[in-house]
Amino acid sequence: MNDLCIEARALSKHYGGLVAVDELSFEVGAGEVLGFLGPNGAGKSTTMKMLTGFLAPTSGTALVNGHDIVEDSLAARRSIGYLPEGAPSYGEMTVRRFLEFIARARGFEGKSAITSAGAAIERLNLDRVPEQTIETLSKGFKRRVGLAQAIIHDPSVLILDEPTDGLDPNQKHEVRHLIRDMSSEKIIVISTHLLEEVDALCNRAMIISDGRLLVDDTPQGLIARSRYHDAITLVVEQPEKAASVLSELPQARKVELREGELTVFPADGKKLFEVISDTVRENNWQVSELRLEAGRLDEVFRQVTQGEVS
Amino acid sequence: MATSIGPVLNVTRRELSGYFSTPVAWVFIVIFLVMSGVFTFYIGSFYERGIADLEPFFQFHPWLYLFLVPAIGMRLWAEERRSGTVELLLTLPLTAWQAVVGKFLAAWFFVGAALLLTFPVWLTVNYLGQPDNGVILAGYLGSWLMAGGFLAIASCMSAVTRNQVVAFILSVVVCFGFLLSGLPMVMNLFSGWAPQALLDAIASFSFLAHFADISRGVIDLRDLVYFALVITVWLLANTIVLELKKAD
Ligand SMILES: Nc1ncnc2c1ncn2[C@@H]1O[C@H](COP(=O)(O)OP(=O)(O)OP(=O)(O)O)[C@@H](O)[C@H]1O
Ligand SMILES: [Mg+2]
Repeated sequence: MNDLCIEARALSKHYGGLVAVDELSFEVGAGEVLGFLGPNGAGKSTTMKMLTGFLAPTSGTALVNGHDIVEDSLAARRSIGYLPEGAPSYGEMTVRRFLEFIARARGFEGKSAITSAGAAIERLNLDRVPEQTIETLSKGFKRRVGLAQAIIHDPSVLILDEPTDGLDPNQKHEVRHLIRDMSSEKIIVISTHLLEEVDALCNRAMIISDGRLLVDDTPQGLIARSRYHDAITLVVEQPEKAASVLSELPQARKVELREGELTVFPADGKKLFEVISDTVRENNWQVSELRLEAGRLDEVFRQVTQGEVS
Repeated sequence: MATSIGPVLNVTRRELSGYFSTPVAWVFIVIFLVMSGVFTFYIGSFYERGIADLEPFFQFHPWLYLFLVPAIGMRLWAEERRSGTVELLLTLPLTAWQAVVGKFLAAWFFVGAALLLTFPVWLTVNYLGQPDNGVILAGYLGSWLMAGGFLAIASCMSAVTRNQVVAFILSVVVCFGFLLSGLPMVMNLFSGWAPQALLDAIASFSFLAHFADISRGVIDLRDLVYFALVITVWLLANTIVLELKKAD
C-alpha cells in the first residue's frame, strides 16, 4: 500500500494554442480536503480530468498514491472516485442498475456488487428513487447519483467537480456532512464556486486562474487576506460625526461609511475592538450594532483573481 | 494489450440492457425482419426459383446491412461523447480497448439476435423442400461475420464525431467502399493502370467476395481470418480515434 498522496508535477494541458493548465505543481496528503477555486475557465475541471486519467497531460505528470497517471493509469484510477463536471450518467438506466454496473466495474462481483450499490443508495438518500430511470430524476437527484457512483468503492482519493451544484440547502448540508465524515482517512479534492463551502468543508484552498496557481492556503489564511479582516463595523446614530472622530484614532487606517454602516479598518497589526468600544463609551454614542469582521472570502477571491482592491 | 474479459462483459451487459429499454432496438428488429422478408420473397423470387435454399435471403444481406448496421453503430460512441458519459466510462478502471470491445460485442450480439429471429424463413424453406442445412448454417455465420465487419467500421466512425447523423453518413460511405471493392465496376476504374498486386489487394478487401464464399457453404479459414482481421483493425482504429477525440 502506497502512502496516500497526490503529487502534481508541472502538470500542463494545451488545447491547440490555448493553455488551459500551466505547469501546475502541488501535493495533497491524507486528511486534506482541498478546495479548488477559480473563475470560469480557470482550468479546474481540466486539472481534475488529468488527475483521473481521462485527459493525457500535454506535459508534466501526477502521481496518485504513487501511481503515475500516465504510465500506470489503471492503478491510479482504481484508487480514485470521480464525479465529473455535470455528473454524467446513463439516463436510460435505473439508479440501481447504474450503480450495480459501476460496482462491477470497480471490481465487486455478484452479490457484493448488489450490496455495495444498495449501500451507496442509502448513503446518498436515494431510497425513494432506486427503480426510477436516471433521466427522469431532478437535477439534484442526478447529482446525488453521481456522488453515489463516486464513493461506491470507498476510494482513498475522491475528486469531485462541483459536487453540490444544483442541490437544495438541505441536501447541500447532507452532502457536506458526508464529505466531512469521510475526510479523515482520505484525500478529497472538490472544485466549487460556493465560497462558503470552502469555509465549511475544506482545510486547504487553492485559487487558480488561467491555469496557474495563485494562492495555496487554509481557508482561514485566505480570509485573513481580506482587507476586512479584523475591521470593526458599527451602526451608530450619527454616523458622520462618529466617522470623523474614529478616523482620528492612531489605530485606524481608514473609515468607510456605506449604507448606514460604519467600517473602521485597522492600521497594520493593530487591534481596534477595545479602543473603539472605549470611544463609544466616552462619547455616549447610541450604538445598535458593533461587530468584529472576520474577512470576506468573495472579496479575497476577486482581489486574487482580478488584482482588484475594491 | 491485455484484455481481461470481466470488464469487457460488464460493459457489454450494460449496453445490451440499454438497447432494450429504448425503442431503437425494436424498431431495428422490425425493419430488419420486414426488409429481409420483402427482399427474399418478392425481389429475390424465392418461390419462383423452385430451389430449396436460402440464397435469395442471404444475397441481400450486404445491402440491408449497409444501412441498418450504421444505424445501430452510430450511437455507440457519438452518444457517449454527447452526453459526457465517456468521461465516466473511461475513468473507471478499464482500458479504452476493453470499453471499445465491450460496446462492439453488445451491438454484435444484438445484430446476431435479429438474425436469429429470421428463423421463420428457415422453417419455410425446410417445410417446402429439403435444403442443405449445413449451407444455411454457413450462410448465417457468414452473414453475422460480415455484420461484424460493418459494425466495427460504424463503431469507429461514431467515435469520430459526437453527431450521430454525421457518424451514420460516414459509416455508410466507408462500408459502401468495402462492399464495392472487387466488383467489376470498381475494378475497371483501376485496371489498365494499376499494378496487378494492387488490383488483387483491392479485390481481396471486398466483403462481398468473402461473404459469397462462406454463404455457398465453403467455410474457408481465409475468409474467417479476413473478417476477424477487419473487425480487429477497425476496433483498434476505433480505440485510437477515441483516445484522440474523447476530450473535444
Ligand atoms: N475540449 C476543449 N477544447 C478546447 N478548449 C477547451 C476544452 N475543454 C476546456 N477548454 C478550455 O480550457 C479552459 C479551462 O477549462 P475548464 O473546464 O478546466 O475550466 P473550469 O475552471 O473548470 O471552469 P468552470 O468554473 O466554468 O467549470 C477554458 O478556457 C476552456 O474553454
Ligand atoms: Mg469546471
